[in-house]
Amino acid sequence: MTKSLKRTALYDDHVNQSAKLIDFGGWEMPVHYTAGINQEHLACRTACGLFDVSHMGEIWVRGEDAPAFLDFALTQWISRMPLHQAIYTVMCVESGGIVDDLIVYRTEENAFLLVVNASNCDKDDRHLQEVASQFREKTGQLKFEIKNESDQWSQIAIQGPKSFDILKKATGKDFKNLKRFTIEPASLFGASEVWVARTGYTGEEGVEIYLKNESASKAWSAILSAGTSDGIQAIGLGARDTLRLEMKYPLYGNEISLQTHPLEAGLGWVVSFDKPSDFVGRKALEEKKKEKKTRKLVGFKLLQKAIPRKGYLILSKHSEQPIGEVTSGTLSPSLNEPIGIGYIAIDEAKIDNEVWISIRNRNFPAKVVKTPFVNPK
Amino acid sequence: MNFPSDLKYTEDHEWAKVEGNTVTIGITDHAQSALGEVVFVELPEADRTLGVKESFGVVESIKAVSDLYSPVSGKVIEVNESLNDTPSSINESPYDQGWIAKLELQNPEELDSLMDSKRYTEFVESLG
Repeated sequence: MTKSLKRTALYDDHVNQSAKLIDFGGWEMPVHYTAGINQEHLACRTACGLFDVSHMGEIWVRGEDAPAFLDFALTQWISRMPLHQAIYTVMCVESGGIVDDLIVYRTEENAFLLVVNASNCDKDDRHLQEVASQFREKTGQLKFEIKNESDQWSQIAIQGPKSFDILKKATGKDFKNLKRFTIEPASLFGASEVWVARTGYTGEEGVEIYLKNESASKAWSAILSAGTSDGIQAIGLGARDTLRLEMKYPLYGNEISLQTHPLEAGLGWVVSFDKPSDFVGRKALEEKKKEKKTRKLVGFKLLQKAIPRKGYLILSKHSEQPIGEVTSGTLSPSLNEPIGIGYIAIDEAKIDNEVWISIRNRNFPAKVVKTPFVNPK
Repeated sequence: MNFPSDLKYTEDHEWAKVEGNTVTIGITDHAQSALGEVVFVELPEADRTLGVKESFGVVESIKAVSDLYSPVSGKVIEVNESLNDTPSSINESPYDQGWIAKLELQNPEELDSLMDSKRYTEFVESLG
């Protein structure tokens, strides 16, 4: 490992748990613990998984003009969010290409927490600052500030059917009644500045906890020991990826990028064309909406055992000509079947349509299927 | 890490076990550990003749694909079909149940360029 890799506040905990650490977007992160990806994945689906996702970026936007600015910078209609609401959104460039996908939490009337991808955090910060200058010039609305506070904040996700029971044991508080896609302030693990959000990247019940670095290790240990009898498992980035893939949640760099726009990625629902104000990318996306779509992001299953991977070609069943490309794939731990996601020509995107996936110059039969691949209760 | 002294090793982390004219090949303890849980193995076709360092199949974990390269040249005389059902044998028993293929040795002098367990251990340590 090179010395320049960043470490989360839970690094020592991972080393003590014998995690296998890898370089992930400049961060030294656990890819799996001793249980391995499969067991970790299944523990999250059947009991509870604990994730250190402190590498994610936390950018705060605060001030009287923050709602109007975020309406301009992001595709969702931020200013009409109720207090303590969470929303999934993207931010685009003028061409409609995606800079990043993110969750926005309205923590106060005029304070918003933007949680962005680790590998995009610096780029996002710069992008937001540029968009802010544009916005200030255009509107004269100056009363907001953007602060990248990623190096102060840790994030711990607790996901799986037993999450709320374990959290109650660990904190004495019941978060079961916290509504989906909302956030609330809390005092937990002796720390006063804590936010608990009912969000996640697995499809399971659970929360994501944002807290200051100095409290992270205490929280991690408390939740792990409270959950031992319920089968809690620390989960690395390997199973985090297979869990999100089974839900067909997009991953930046795979399903979405500057070269893709939200409409073809199945994210049309995060673009608020009803929003009265202008936003970055609006013009391009309105035009794309009028045009006939050329490709679509679909899920598929391989009908023969092999593993589809990012970059493999999808071929027409009849002509064997390329009609698309795999963006993510794995052997689904829940189904024990090879599954994948990919962009495919629109007339080949129908459910049950049969295609070939080209793997090492051999064609493997596959079928477009409904997603998500699994349906957690 | 366990690198048995009766085997020969390559820089691509394959091992070779020579018994008369037959060379059994597989991947090393280091390779299986680096890959993580093996979930799929693509075996070579029987009767195929392989050259030295020729790619003849893959071992895949959930996260990674790793090509298999033949340590020596020779004809494939047997493959470990049981890996189709239990690819995890490669993790649990890389030198025994996890063997991948058997070759009929063509050029015995090719064995001289392979590492013994001491040199391979040093090689793995040098990788950090």
